[in-house]
Amino acid sequence: MYPNQFEYLAPTTLDEALSVLAERGDEVKVLAGGQSLIPMMKLRLANPTTLMDINRLPGMDTIGESNGHLTFGALVRHNDVVKSDLVTRSNHTVATAAPWIADPIVRNLGTVCGSLAHHDPEGDWASVMLATGAEVVLSSSDGERVVPITEFLVDMFSTSCQPNELVTEVRVNKHSSRSGGDYQKLERKIGDYATVGVATSLELGDDGAIASAGIALTSVYPYNLKVTEAENLLVGSQPGDELFKEAGAIAAAASDPAGDHRGSAEYKRHVVGVFVERGLANSLAMAQGGQS
Amino acid sequence: MKVTVSINGKSRSAEAEPRQLLVDFIRTTLGLTGTHIGCDTTSCGVCTILVDGTPVKSCTMFAVQADGRSITTVEGLKQNGELSNMQKAFHQEHGLQCGFCTPAMMLVGSAFLEENPDPTDEEIRWAISGNLCRCTGYMNIVKSIQAAAAMNNEEVSA
Repeated sequence: MYPNQFEYLAPTTLDEALSVLAERGDEVKVLAGGQSLIPMMKLRLANPTTLMDINRLPGMDTIGESNGHLTFGALVRHNDVVKSDLVTRSNHTVATAAPWIADPIVRNLGTVCGSLAHHDPEGDWASVMLATGAEVVLSSSDGERVVPITEFLVDMFSTSCQPNELVTEVRVNKHSSRSGGDYQKLERKIGDYATVGVATSLELGDDGAIASAGIALTSVYPYNLKVTEAENLLVGSQPGDELFKEAGAIAAAASDPAGDHRGSAEYKRHVVGVFVERGLANSLAMAQGGQS
Repeated sequence: MKVTVSINGKSRSAEAEPRQLLVDFIRTTLGLTGTHIGCDTTSCGVCTILVDGTPVKSCTMFAVQADGRSITTVEGLKQNGELSNMQKAFHQEHGLQCGFCTPAMMLVGSAFLEENPDPTDEEIRWAISGNLCRCTGYMNIVKSIQAAAAMNNEEVSA
């Protein structure tokens, strides 16, 4: 399968890349890992007249730390996240999700920022970011703006990134020694979309009560769903099995899965409840153990 | 556009339309047909090659992206005219039936052992989980990669 013809540009500086977007952003698709974009181009679902390959931009392939955030540059591959000790120490939701992204070969090319910018409604990273809290850095010739993940993700395959902007970094909240997180994913086979995915994150206060909580669902709603009602239930309460069960029931009720070859709607909704309970219990164990 | 790659240690240059997939550039333009095309949808992994030592699916990369990079295909596995340990191990353990997935399995196995020279069966199964085999049920592929690890380790300790 071959895509339509396109012009290929491979800028070697960020300024050059941003000026291409400023001049003709509407016609451009940005190529990072390409593991979603190239298949879509081959199916001619995406038909850019210009393909801008950002793989030759320097300094964008690092995972770093800044102001309580873990930072992922635009060219950080999924597999870089899997291998990162810094991630393992700093954000348990991200660390447990990374090995579940696609398959090992795809993980070598696909990028975190690219997945978020693509915003496949069945992608895993958006749920992780919604549960733990994150910001996206959008760069353009006019400067830089930072948007919370909740404002970045607009709807399926749609984000608030403008045609003249490039996603240059995502900043994810770090977990403290009193925090924990988890990603539960059911998939038919390695590399398939999630049948159901659930991202969770918890932080405990000094009194042992839940100080903050994040829950987001993958593949059971038209887009990645942050379950605010369940999060609100948790905050301020002492953690426990009954509470987690209630949160699971709220999340299951909030989900709206479609029945398909991966399972019936009823089955998927049941799995949401189970995964929320399980994810919260794992998050709690980490938060109480102070372990990574 | 002119694309120059170092492929199996040799520098090769050729014209490529930007939309030409790397797998077709390798097979059709450079004439190295050991790299196979299976699903053409990033699912099966039989087109896997190494780019700068890292396994990637060459049906999901454009040839122009590989300009200036170093590529290894199955034709580049042999060392000094002899089969590599990975190739010997697949032969010895009969790690194939039809052979269609075999070039990719051997490349993935080789790259994996560089990172993890002494893996468990479970780790091998994870490492090859992006590569489908419809014949073997994977048993002999896992055995072959284990056997290659043993051969490599014997050479290191010798």
